[in-house]
Amino acid sequence: MRFRQAIVAALEDEMEADPSVMVMGEDIAVAGGPFKTSEGLLDKFGPNRVRDTPISEMAFTGAGVGAAIAGLRPVIEIMFMEFLGVALDQLVTGAAKMHYLSKGALSVPLTVRASVGSGTGFGSQHSQTLENWVTATPGLTVVTMSTPQNAYGILRAAIQSPGPTMVLEPRNLYAVRGEVQRGAAGLVQLGRAEVVRPGTAVTIVTMGQMRTAVVESVEASGIDAEIIDLITLAPWDRATVLESVAKTHRLVVVEEAPESGGWGSEIVAAVTRELFSSLSAAPFRITTPNVPVPYSKALESRYLPQPDEIARQLTQYQSTGTVPAPWWVLEGLSK
Amino acid sequence: MTDTALSVSRSSVERRRVLADDATARLERMFEIRGFEERLNALFATGAIHGTTHLAMGQEALAVSLASELRPTDLVTATYRGHAMALALGMNPRAVLAEIMGKSEGSTGGLGGSMHVSDDDIGLLPTFAIVGAGLPVAAGAALAFQYRGEDSVAVAVFGDGATNIGAFHESLNLASIWKLPVVFLCDNNVYGEYSRINLTTPIEDLHLRAASYAMPAEVVDGMDVTATRAALARAIERARTGGGPTLVEAKTYRFAGHSRADTAPYRPAGELEYWQERDPLTRAREELVAGGATVEQVADLERSVGAALDEVIELVEALPDPVVADMFNNIWSPLTRKAGS
Repeated sequence: MRFRQAIVAALEDEMEADPSVMVMGEDIAVAGGPFKTSEGLLDKFGPNRVRDTPISEMAFTGAGVGAAIAGLRPVIEIMFMEFLGVALDQLVTGAAKMHYLSKGALSVPLTVRASVGSGTGFGSQHSQTLENWVTATPGLTVVTMSTPQNAYGILRAAIQSPGPTMVLEPRNLYAVRGEVQRGAAGLVQLGRAEVVRPGTAVTIVTMGQMRTAVVESVEASGIDAEIIDLITLAPWDRATVLESVAKTHRLVVVEEAPESGGWGSEIVAAVTRELFSSLSAAPFRITTPNVPVPYSKALESRYLPQPDEIARQLTQYQSTGTVPAPWWVLEGLSK
Repeated sequence: MTDTALSVSRSSVERRRVLADDATARLERMFEIRGFEERLNALFATGAIHGTTHLAMGQEALAVSLASELRPTDLVTATYRGHAMALALGMNPRAVLAEIMGKSEGSTGGLGGSMHVSDDDIGLLPTFAIVGAGLPVAAGAALAFQYRGEDSVAVAVFGDGATNIGAFHESLNLASIWKLPVVFLCDNNVYGEYSRINLTTPIEDLHLRAASYAMPAEVVDGMDVTATRAALARAIERARTGGGPTLVEAKTYRFAGHSRADTAPYRPAGELEYWQERDPLTRAREELVAGGATVEQVADLERSVGAALDEVIELVEALPDPVVADMFNNIWSPLTRKAGS
């Protein structure tokens, strides 16, 4: 099935399993979702459990918080991650503090789904990933997905999770096809990274839609890299990453976000602190340039780290032990 | 007349329940709230408490009215100006003061402070320090009640300033289209932080804003317990019986400044005095006398409430601070659900 159908399947299976699970968002009921990630749910579960909302992210995100405190397991859809901007208060300052401010008496089993990322021609206001809006808040779990199978398993695990969970869904993957095992065997454990490919020469930490590009670049370059899909961004799986780098002595993070302030800085900083003396080269990050996401296909395809660019940088890193310059520096376009 | 309502041995649920049928208990609770905040102000002045505080002196009648009409199983979102509401809803002065003084026995273990008091037993969520933030949360709790077919009600308490933030408009709209069992209670105390309402808002009668959302509205003298209880009773009953949300505007006045640092020099001359003549505590005293009490008995009641509060302060001051490890607790819920839950 397609990635987006795996999302529907996860919602459907959770709603079947637990009558307190309900979904709400803009155009998700009658229209089945702008990306068809809730198709058929209204017919199956009815309008009490599947609700179209006004274009009011602040209201329905906050309503999700209140409903979760009062015993439901709401799943809300933020159509584009950018639309969460007006509702961040409800999630970051509200949902993530309730457990803490109630001595643990309250919990907020709210799932916030948002489509993220570039590659689909939506331009600068509908293509950002914006993980850094949500990863710096203790108490707020942040996960992302990269395959139809883990989309199913991660979303189900997020809905089951007792705390507030932000799910970042790479929009560019919605049409991707893959095998999906439904049921308990298909679940993914939150907080645990996935070793996508074992290797000994270098550790590559990535996530979301960059996973596929990383796998391609590693296959093309023939480097024996260990590829880790982080999956949970907060709290991230330090043990798996540190164990890997302790073995490979090298770290590259590949991320879909502007270089400044990206989540990869956190990984590099933690690994450097823990394993500095055993590193055989400086850890570094392959990112997008510090620019808004451009619209033109010719530009957007350069913006996102491409397999050949990743392979070029990996090859230089492995052969020289030095950190390669990104393409925009080589071409004299930016620092 | 005794100080039974203040008794530190009473649970918050019991302290709530006494308000429903006992006029004396309601008046006594107002004395308690005023006395609590006066003492709090003095404690801040001596440096015994750090941080900030937002007093609700003058707004006691509204808090007690709401508490007397709600069930402990209903849910309330209130604001950082929350001591009056917390005490009225039933929280013990000891729990509230311990929180404000940052003690481990405080309602959030000293992790929240004056702006974040809470009590799950009486449905008071940790009070919201962001203007307007509690409205959508109350709407969501109401959604949960409606979803399960329960007759509980959610109440969002907020100030006049909150009616200019998006959360107010979005929440009223959402509650109206879904007919949610929620009461939006606007405590119009004339000032949003340091600014008088006329400087920030094109109308002063904020209940008029309900018309945009096809929502019933009430406007009431929030300094008058009898009138306020009646208006709230209608709104709560409407919500409880499937009639959907109501916007209730209670006209009150903030006798103190916005926060500890504010002496409110911006008030027009005579405004404070005008409202002080409508002090709900004066009305409370008059009602007690009209009901047969002597002036001396009323004074004795106030004195006994004050003495009990002084004991609470002494007791709380001696309580231990939190231990450092406490700040690492209750941040993350478990990532995975426990088997069987």
